[in-house]
Amino acid sequence: MITLEHIYWLTGLMMAGVSIVNWRDRSNRRRLNNTAFWGVYAITFLFGSRLPDLVSGFLVIAMVLVASIRGLGQGADRSSPQEREESAKRWGNKLFIPALTIPFLTVAGTFAFKLVTINGVSLVDVKQVTVISLAIATLVALAVGMILLRPPISAPIREARRLLDAVGWAAVLPQMLAALGALFALAGVGNVVAGLAQRWIPLDTPFVVVATYAIGMALFTMIMGNAFAAFPVMTAGIGLPLIVQKFGGDPTIMSAIGMLSGFCGTLMTPMAANFNIVPTALLELPDENAVIKVQIPTALILLGANIVLMNFLVFRR
Amino acid sequence: MLPYVPVFSLIGIAIVVVGFVLRINPLLVVTVAGLATGIASGLGPLEVVAAFGKAFITSRYVAIVWLVLPVIGLLEHAGLKERARAVVSQLRAATATRVLLVYFAIRQITAALGLTSLGGHAQMVRPLIAPMAEGAAENQYGKLPDATRNLIRANSAAVDNIALFFGEDIFIAIGSILLIRGFLDQNGIHVEPTQLAIWAIPTAICAFIIHCTRLLLLDRRLRKELSHESGRA
Repeated sequence: MITLEHIYWLTGLMMAGVSIVNWRDRSNRRRLNNTAFWGVYAITFLFGSRLPDLVSGFLVIAMVLVASIRGLGQGADRSSPQEREESAKRWGNKLFIPALTIPFLTVAGTFAFKLVTINGVSLVDVKQVTVISLAIATLVALAVGMILLRPPISAPIREARRLLDAVGWAAVLPQMLAALGALFALAGVGNVVAGLAQRWIPLDTPFVVVATYAIGMALFTMIMGNAFAAFPVMTAGIGLPLIVQKFGGDPTIMSAIGMLSGFCGTLMTPMAANFNIVPTALLELPDENAVIKVQIPTALILLGANIVLMNFLVFRR
Repeated sequence: MLPYVPVFSLIGIAIVVVGFVLRINPLLVVTVAGLATGIASGLGPLEVVAAFGKAFITSRYVAIVWLVLPVIGLLEHAGLKERARAVVSQLRAATATRVLLVYFAIRQITAALGLTSLGGHAQMVRPLIAPMAEGAAENQYGKLPDATRNLIRANSAAVDNIALFFGEDIFIAIGSILLIRGFLDQNGIHVEPTQLAIWAIPTAICAFIIHCTRLLLLDRRLRKELSHESGRA
């Protein structure tokens, strides 16, 4: 059975390759920092499941120190815009085939892999089917690309190095924030926040309660970077005891719109790094808050709309 | 009613806020915040490092999306972005806003059908959507100033996020719906996933109207800022 562990090995091999390409690249003044950073990251993928937690912890701290104190660099890009223009003319729309293979095969795999069994055992771990489908789709797309373009065999890993170094430490930030969320949960941060809200806000009219719940979902999502972490806390602290039990609101409508109020918060926080910070690195934007700035007006208007919607819909019985 | 937890455990939040405001390297800020939170909740120094290591290792699935980089990089080297721009520049009706509106609609509808993987910043926005939107704008106004180019790119990323967030909750088997259902079940309230999905629709419609209106306003802004400068429109 293909499990998440196999995909981690694959990711680890790619990170190790990126580390080696960096080591051999003399155009990058900080090549040894990059080598160390991606090399340690590779170890966490290849051996992370078997390492003692304490060792993993020190590896992570080593990565953080290399990235934040020594700093990462970037090697030279080998292709010129003219070369790429010519290549684009030469290959034409065929270039879209491997690119579109990734999303379509990921979707197809998500459905198909659930059905495939060998001797009664699923071919892939069905609980992780989306992630595994994505990994397999990228492998197929890579094979199609290699057959189509016939580049040197080392080209994919060199190109992965170029893009990963362009993203830099931001590539690890989403994972780091997920780890922080786990520590917040361990420390019971959510209960403290819900307790403070109950103590300091006069929650005695339905509208104030609805607004507090929705805004609280957005704010707490901004802190945690994730509406999934905010939902149980705000719903147990404010939603269920006040909206449902005290004022007789509908729990289904409250939960559906409450979660979406949390998503408004996701649009406004650097803590949701994979949605808001990573794209600024991928799109080479000088301002790392550029995507958040575009999203804030939509998020605020929509949060207001959610409060109005919840206020009208949740008590309609 | 709530278990007593010292307010000191909020120190991690304070560190994150201060760190982001002072623009200290976020990796360092998050690590310090995590370690401080652990210590504030009563763990020993080595226990905190181990807890952080364990949390980092169990969160590795977040990084699997980077597996797309070898093939995307290969295609970019072969001129994928340039080709995406060229295709759009052949369409006379294409404008940056129209490209983004079409992508918004497709992304939100497919996400509502559960096809959340038909998008993403590394797979779609960087290699295809952003170059198409830029190409359409270049077609209209000639060479773009850097600020405008960056604004269009940021808008491409925002469209992917907003359409995804407010489309996916209409699909009954998505993570957030399962989480809501599981949580309410634990509290003795049984709800149907289809009911949760239906009540996500009003917000989804609002999101579509609000953000598409803003994209149309962006179109007006680009026209004002650029057409008199280049003199080509």
